[in-house]
Amino acid sequence: MFSYCADPSTLDSTRWMLCYLTSGKHLLFYSSFGTVLLLLAVTAPVALAFGFGGAMAARSHNPGLRLFGKGYTAMVRGIPDIIFFMFFVIALDQALEWGLHQWRCPDWVEPIRNGLEFKVCPAAKVPPSSAPQIWHEVYGFALAVVTFAIVFGAFAANVLYGAMNAVPRAQLETAEAYGMSHRQVFRRVLVPQMWVYALPGLSNLWLILIKATPLLFLLGVKDIVYWANELGSSKTDTFAYPHGDWKLWYFLGLLVFYLAFTRLSEIVLSRLSRRLSRGQATMAGEAMRKAAA
Amino acid sequence: MKKTLLASALVALSAFAANAQDTVRIATEGLYPPYNLIDDAGNLAGYEVDLGNEICKRAGLTCEFVQNDWDSMMPNLNSGNFDVIMAGMSITEERKKDRLFSQNYMPPAVSYYVATSADADIKAGVVAAQTGTIQAGHVAESGAQLLEFKTPDETVAAVQNGEADAVLADGEYLQPVVDASGGALVVVETIPLGDGVGAAFRQSDTELAAKFDKVIAEMKADGSINELIKKWFKEKAVLF
Repeated sequence: MFSYCADPSTLDSTRWMLCYLTSGKHLLFYSSFGTVLLLLAVTAPVALAFGFGGAMAARSHNPGLRLFGKGYTAMVRGIPDIIFFMFFVIALDQALEWGLHQWRCPDWVEPIRNGLEFKVCPAAKVPPSSAPQIWHEVYGFALAVVTFAIVFGAFAANVLYGAMNAVPRAQLETAEAYGMSHRQVFRRVLVPQMWVYALPGLSNLWLILIKATPLLFLLGVKDIVYWANELGSSKTDTFAYPHGDWKLWYFLGLLVFYLAFTRLSEIVLSRLSRRLSRGQATMAGEAMRKAAA
Repeated sequence: MKKTLLASALVALSAFAANAQDTVRIATEGLYPPYNLIDDAGNLAGYEVDLGNEICKRAGLTCEFVQNDWDSMMPNLNSGNFDVIMAGMSITEERKKDRLFSQNYMPPAVSYYVATSADADIKAGVVAAQTGTIQAGHVAESGAQLLEFKTPDETVAAVQNGEADAVLADGEYLQPVVDASGGALVVVETIPLGDGVGAAFRQSDTELAAKFDKVIAEMKADGSINELIKKWFKEKAVLF
């Protein structure tokens, strides 16, 4: 970073620290905050969509769809996250490759499964082994998003299912009395009103998601907790910047980040909750109406 | 819409397959200096990275090092997400059952018991070791109480904070740690364990393993492997 960083062993402590904190490794650490934020920004809406689909399926009049919706939430909620991240991801990856294999290499004779090994033809590898490392990382990240979305989508489905049931029946009956179809009632009355009931549950999920990112390293995506652990561990003189066990300081830094991020989320969520309560037939909505009057 | 996107992304990803020679992907942990580590520029480095690149150069292979968590190494190897493991993995009978090893590229490692004092109870006390290593297996058989940790670094920390009486790990890893401790840590006992460190392959991948084997034998014969060992393990290194 700076020209005087070439030989760290000759530096005084301020400059040493400055060089240390701007080493390539530290820059990767700082950019991993971006990775985590990007993951959250992508995963949250996708998980919400999964949840919405799950809740709609669980409420469906079609028994098959209902069974699927209920089965999805019950199964995913009952399986520990770590199992999802260690086995489900490999299964998902293999399923994709198996599909591509059937499509691209119909003439392949060797068995795909051989003991513990799983081997498809080279053209069916995702991503192919000759692809640059960046694509492998993008792929790992995409698998992470899908897995997080499935796991958190199941929890969100249950929250949304409860919220849909919490909308007062009288509201829906009134809409029906105006001659709206089922679909119209759902879109114009039920969905706009359910968010206020769903928000506390969804905000819980959001905060849990923020803290779940260390699971990323199981997929080879390096997140902030991985880097804090790696940078903080004591370094011998194999490294340019030897030091003792500094994990405490790195994790204190993470603590500040997480607390700040949680606080920010709380502020946004409470604003959102106020916005959603306006004009609703809930106690909060009623209180707002009275205060305005 | 989503499906189309996904499909086109898959096609784009797999389009690389058509051209370019297949890359041999080598996985390492990046947490076990001087075998493998992340250097200060954030790249993978260490003895195994240098050796792996040299082997690939001599065998005419295109190789790429990737970092992977220790716990998920074997499932990912078998699933074809990479082709070789070079991560300080000791060759043992137990491991030979489900994977193929090259000949060793490090002589049988001398493992150290390290503790805060020379009279630490390594026979019946609490001994820390990294999960899934030969050292962990040895402690479990020795009658001492085994305390497992995910990373080597944590095993040393456990001794420093009194959680364990001693740690058992590779001497090459522990020696610099002891040197850097300024007398706070001492070597209690040394024992040789395992058949040395080798590269691991899928059991069906005999062709690739043979290529690695041949170059390693060559490098042992012309002494270049010793040069690399000296470069990373300094003067205390055990040579071939």
